[in-house]
Amino acid sequence: MHARADASTDGASWPEDIFAILQRFEVRQVPYVPDAGHSQLIERVLGDPSMRGIALTTEEEGVALLLGAWAGGQRGVLLMQSSGVGNCINMLSLTQIFRFPFLTLVTMRGEWGEFNPWQVPMGTSTQGVLELAGVRVLRASHPDEVREVMEAAAGQAYGACTPTAVLLSQRLIGTKVFVK
Amino acid sequence: MSKANLLNRRLVVSSLLADRGEAIVVGGLGASTYDIAAAGDHARNLYLWGAMGGAVMIGLGLALAQPKLPVLVITGDGEMLMGMGSLATVGLQKPKNLSIIVLDNESYGETGGQMSHTAAAADLVDIARACGIADSRALTTLGEVEAFAARMQDVSAGPRFANIKIDAANLARVLSNRDGMFVLTRLRGALGFPPI
Repeated sequence: MHARADASTDGASWPEDIFAILQRFEVRQVPYVPDAGHSQLIERVLGDPSMRGIALTTEEEGVALLLGAWAGGQRGVLLMQSSGVGNCINMLSLTQIFRFPFLTLVTMRGEWGEFNPWQVPMGTSTQGVLELAGVRVLRASHPDEVREVMEAAAGQAYGACTPTAVLLSQRLIGTKVFVK
Repeated sequence: MSKANLLNRRLVVSSLLADRGEAIVVGGLGASTYDIAAAGDHARNLYLWGAMGGAVMIGLGLALAQPKLPVLVITGDGEMLMGMGSLATVGLQKPKNLSIIVLDNESYGETGGQMSHTAAAADLVDIARACGIADSRALTTLGEVEAFAARMQDVSAGPRFANIKIDAANLARVLSNRDGMFVLTRLRGALGFPPI
């Protein structure tokens, strides 16, 4: 079985690659709505005194938070699952109005061996929704390309204020197992 | 429609900002932004003309990034209702330098004065307190507003939330600057951050 349990990324190296890049780019505010695919990264963020992990009630809060962070001189990154992208649509207007360094890391559902049909509609439209909202989309599907994709995403988001999303594919994260 | 004994929103906001010092002010879309503009343009104002429901979260990001500066969010009941979850997020983070003011006219003034939930059911003071913002209160007199304005300068005792029932009369619009890049770059410049 390639399928993994809920906290599927425990012990994987690619979340460590992401964390190291966020540290190097001096990311300070990390708003998130939890996802199993982000669990290892969230633990690392919450354990780092230089970063502030900020639990949200809905993902759009994170878009607004990152604008405030930048207005106050800090960089941030928004962690969410593909279903959360739909919750952000109107708030993503901020990225065009204020052209601030917006970076989001999206763990994908509904695209690779998905068991739960409710994940499929939003998972299918995630990339299109982001692009229609003016966000550039990069994708990582294999562990050994995460570092390179993250480097590019952080570089263009923080360096050029190009709003950017990294889709961490369900193939990378591992399909959630509901029944054995 | 005007009701008796309700505060005038322009007087409330000009009182809040009269001695603002180094405070950063975020204005929610609609009349709140006009009130802030009417009190006088300022490099530390961030005006919103959209992104409904986002004002408090923008204030939170600012407050966490600049913990030594007072950050004040001034918004309306409709905008606050749309971002109600952000009160729970503030309650969890408890930024000591963040103050939130809701100018509550119990209606959606920009769109024709339709009734909002605060007219009949929702009590934002109770909601904010139940979300973990212990210093949550209703302000009913200009004296209380002035006292709040003084307390918001204390960046060691927040977060604070205050709801102010205001007269729902539509006042002449005083338009703020609506170019986001200009406003943001000016604010960052005032805080010492150069353009990229």
